Amino acid sequence: MSAETATPSRLTDAPGATHARTGAAGARSMRAVLPALLRKELLVELRTLQAVPGMSLFALSTFVVFHFALNRGTVAGDLAAGVLWVTLLFAALLGVNRLFVADADQGGFDGFLLAPAEPGAMLIAKALTLLAYLVVLEIVAVPAFGLLLLGPSLGRALPDLIWVLALADLGVAAVGTLVSAIAVQTRARDLLGPLLALPLLVPIVIGAARASEPLLAEGHVGHPAARWLLMLGLYDLVFGLIAYALFDFLLED
Amino acid sequence: MPALELEGLARRYGERTALSDVSLSLREGQTLVVFGANGAGKTTLLRVLGGLLRPHEGTVRVLGRELPQERWALRGQVGLLAHEPLLYRELTATENLRYHASLHGVAPERVEHLLARLRLAGREREPLRTLSRGSVQRVAVARCVLHEPPLLLLDEPYANLDPAAIELVEPLIGRTSARTRVICSHDPERGLAEADVVLGLRDGRPALLASAPDTSPAEIAELYR
Repeated sequence: MSAETATPSRLTDAPGATHARTGAAGARSMRAVLPALLRKELLVELRTLQAVPGMSLFALSTFVVFHFALNRGTVAGDLAAGVLWVTLLFAALLGVNRLFVADADQGGFDGFLLAPAEPGAMLIAKALTLLAYLVVLEIVAVPAFGLLLLGPSLGRALPDLIWVLALADLGVAAVGTLVSAIAVQTRARDLLGPLLALPLLVPIVIGAARASEPLLAEGHVGHPAARWLLMLGLYDLVFGLIAYALFDFLLED
Repeated sequence: MPALELEGLARRYGERTALSDVSLSLREGQTLVVFGANGAGKTTLLRVLGGLLRPHEGTVRVLGRELPQERWALRGQVGLLAHEPLLYRELTATENLRYHASLHGVAPERVEHLLARLRLAGREREPLRTLSRGSVQRVAVARCVLHEPPLLLLDEPYANLDPAAIELVEPLIGRTSARTRVICSHDPERGLAEADVVLGLRDGRPALLASAPDTSPAEIAELYR
C-alpha cells in the first residue's frame, strides 16, 4: 500500500477539509454557486458548440429562404417585423432544446441535487445562459436581416429595437428555461420542447412584432407603442415568477 | 442514533414495483452491502437513500433526517458513486471537481490534493471524454468524497478499476475511510469482506438480511439463481 494510504484522521486533515462539511447548516446561497454554474455552462457550450452556432446558422438560412419565398428584394413594416421575430423564435427553440441535455444525459441534475446549493441557482444560471445564447444569436442575425431583407435602414431602428429585443429575450429565457426543464425529463424531449414552448412564446412574438413594426417601417415612422413594451415586461415578470416557483418541483423526483 | 432506518420502504416506477417492504437499521460507521441480480432494486435503493428518489411507502430516515420531507437537509451529507460518474464529459477533471467543490463550498486546494492522491495529475487538464473508464472512475471517486460526506452510497465502486487503482481509492471509500457506507456489489467475496450487514434483494424484495459473519457466499450466490 502506498505512502498516500491514509488513516481516517489524515483524511479530515486534507486541504480544504475544514470547508468541506456544509450540509444542512451550510446551504450554499445563490450568489455563492451562480458563478460556478455559469462558468460550467459556458465551458460546455464552448467545447461542444452545439447551441449558438446552430441557432445562428438557422437564422441566416431562414432569412435566405424568406428572401426567395417572398419573391421580393426587401421587406418593411409589419412584414419585416413578422419575418424577424418568427425567425428569432424558431432559432431560439434550438437553444431551448439543448439547454438541459448535458445535465440530463451526464448526471448533472443528480450532481447538483446532492449538493447543498439553492435549487433556484440552476434556474437562474440556465436562464442567463439562454439569454447569452439569444444575445449572440441577435448579434449575428439582426445585422444579417438588415443586409439581406430589410428595406429601411437598420441603423435608425436599432436604438429602440435593442429595447424590444431585450424585453423579448427576457421572456424567451424565462419560458424557454421552464419548458426545457419539463421537456428534458421526458423521452420525447426533442418534440415536447417546441410543442410546449411555441404556444407560450406566441404572446412574446406578438408583442415584439407589434413593438418593432414602426421601427422597421419605411421612413422609421415612430417609436414602439408603450403598451406592447409594457405587455412584454409584464409577461417577463409573470413567467419569471412562475419559473422560479415551479423549478424546484421540476428538479425533484 | 442509527445512520439508516428503513421501515416498509417501497418504491415504484409506474406500475412496476422496484422496491417493496425493505426494513433495516444501520449504525454510524457500519457498512451495508446490497447484493442482487440486475434489476433487483439495488440502484433504486441507493437513489432513495440519497434523496434523489421519493419513497412511495414506508419510513426512511437517513442520518436522522426523514425522507422525503427533510431531503434538503441531507444535501451535502451524502457521497454518491453511481454507474454514471455524474461528471461532464466535455470538461476536464479539474474543471469538473472545481465545479462540484463550488457547489459544496469546498476549497480548491482539496481538488488539487485529491487529483494528486488519485494519481490524476498530468491528465487533469484533458476533457473527461478522452480519459479511460478507469481514470473517469477515479475522478468520480474524487467527486464522491470531495466534501467528506459522512454517508457513502457506492454502486459497484471498483468497476473499471485495476488493482493499483483500487489500492488508491481504498483509503477514500474503503473500510478505512471510517464512514457509513452502503455498497451495491455482485462480488460475494469482496462484498462480504467489506460488509457489517448484508441485504440481498430479489425482484425488489429483501430475500436476505443478516450480519456479514452469519452470511455465507452460497447464500449470496442463491440470490442470482
